[in-house]
Amino acid sequence: MRTKILAILVATMLAAGCGKATDQGSADKAGPTKISGTVTVLAAASLTESFTAIGKSFEAAHPGTKVTFSFAGSPQLAQQITSGAPADVFASASPATMKTVTDAGDVTGTPVTFVKNQLVIAVPKGNPQGLTSLAAIAKPGVKVALCATQVPCGAAAQKALTAAGVRLTPVTEEQDVKSALAKVKLGEVDAALVYRTDARAAASDVDGVEFPESAKAINEYPIAALKGAPNPAGAAAFLAYVQSPPAQQVLADAGFQKP
Amino acid sequence: MAGLAFLVLPLAGLLIRAPWSALPQRMTEPAVLTALRLSLVTATLATVVSLLLGVPLAWILARTDVPARRLVRALVTVPLVLPPVVGGVALLLVFGRNGLLGAALDDAFRITLPFTTTGVVVAEAFVAMPFLVISVEGALRAADARYEEAAATLGASRWTAFRRVTLPMVAPGVAAGAVLCWARALGEFGATITFAGNFPGRTQTMPLAVYLALEQDLDAAIVLSLVLLAVSVAVLVALREKWIGGVL
Repeated sequence: MRTKILAILVATMLAAGCGKATDQGSADKAGPTKISGTVTVLAAASLTESFTAIGKSFEAAHPGTKVTFSFAGSPQLAQQITSGAPADVFASASPATMKTVTDAGDVTGTPVTFVKNQLVIAVPKGNPQGLTSLAAIAKPGVKVALCATQVPCGAAAQKALTAAGVRLTPVTEEQDVKSALAKVKLGEVDAALVYRTDARAAASDVDGVEFPESAKAINEYPIAALKGAPNPAGAAAFLAYVQSPPAQQVLADAGFQKP
Repeated sequence: MAGLAFLVLPLAGLLIRAPWSALPQRMTEPAVLTALRLSLVTATLATVVSLLLGVPLAWILARTDVPARRLVRALVTVPLVLPPVVGGVALLLVFGRNGLLGAALDDAFRITLPFTTTGVVVAEAFVAMPFLVISVEGALRAADARYEEAAATLGASRWTAFRRVTLPMVAPGVAAGAVLCWARALGEFGATITFAGNFPGRTQTMPLAVYLALEQDLDAAIVLSLVLLAVSVAVLVALREKWIGGVL
C-alpha cells in the first residue's frame, strides 16, 4: 500500500514537472483583433525602466491587458525559456543570446532588432577621481566592476577593451548590468562598464562617461515572440507596439539608439 | 518515504543527467579546481571563525542568567531567517567602502573586505554561525551542569572546568554544529555574490561558478554541482561515525 502511494506521488510530481503551464493569461477569444489578458515579457536587465514605461502605455492602449515583466541577465532568461518557462515575449541584449533560444526552437517567427545600445563608463556622481577613459580605469588601484563575459554587456566590454588595446582586471564580474551599476551606486567600486541607458536611468547617483571605443562594441537588441506562448495574440501585439513610434520614442529618450 | 523521495529525486536527476563520459576531463579543468579549492578553504575558515565566536556565545546563552538572553538568542537566529542576499547587502552597508565600519577600517588600517577572499569568509560566517550557536547551546543545555559545579568544588577555575569537563561532554554537539556550519558555508551564494562579488580564484566559490556556468554551459554546471555534492557527502559520511556519534 505504502509503495503504491509513493509511486502515485512520484508520478504526479514528474507529470507536473513535465507539462508547461497553460492557465497563465489566456487570451480572450471573443474577436480576432481583441487583445486582452496577461502578456508575460522576459527582458534584459538594461530594459527595466523603458520597458516598464512601455508596458504601462501598452496597457492604456489595450484596456483589459496586463503586462508583467521579468528583468534579468539575458543568458539567465534564455536558460529559463529553453527549460520551459511560460512566457510570451523575449527581448535580449544580444543576438547571440537570442540565437540560443531560436536554436532550441522556442521562437515563433523571426527575431527583430528593435534598438541598439552602447557602453559608457559609470562613475560616482561628480566623477571624483576624474576617470575619463578606458586606460584611466585600467590603472592599478582603480576598482572596476564588469559584467561577466557570458552576459551581453560583459561581451561588449571585452570587445571594447580589446579594440582599445587595454588590459583591465576587474574586482568583480557581475551576472547582470544592474548589479554592476549597483556596485558603483554603493560606492564599492570606482567605475563600471554599463550601458548608456543604465547610466542615464541612474543619473542622480552616477555619471556616464563616454569613450570612443564603445562604438566598436554596439549591442543589438532582438525581440521575438515565443513558441508555446500562453497569449500569442498579446505577444504579437506587444512586439508590434515596441516597434511603433510611441515606444521607440520612449526608448530613444532613455538613451537607446535606433536599430 | 514520500519525504525521502522528495529530497532524493532532484539529486537522482543530477546524477542521471550528468555527462559521465566527459566527467574526468571536465572535473580537472583549472576553473573547477580553483573554485573547489576556494570553496573548501573559505568554508573551513568560516567554520573556525564561527567556532571561536560561537562557542562562547552559546555558553553565555546556556549557562548564564544575563537578562538580555532572550533578545540575544533572537538576534542570533536572525541570519537564519534573513534572505542571504539581504545579509550581503547588510554586510556591504556596514563593512563596505562607505560602510559604517568599513570606511573607518579603510582609512585607519587600509583594510577592505568587499571583493576579497576575507570578505567571502565573513559572508559565509555570518550566515553559518547561527547553526553552530544553536547546536552548541542545545548540547550545553542537555549536559548536566552539576559536573562543572563538582569541578569547581574540587578547585578548578572556570576556564579549566570549561576546557576539561564541559567541552569533552558536549564535543559531539559541537562537532555536529561545526559540520552543519561548514556545510551551510560551503553552499552560501547570495551573501557571497553581493558582498564579496565574483572573481575567479579570489571570490568565485563553487555555488557562484555553478550559477554563472548554468547560463552558458549546462554540462559544466552539472559537473560543478556533482563535484560539490560528492565533496559534501564525503565529508558528512566521514565525520558521521567517528566523532559525531549518533547526533547527526
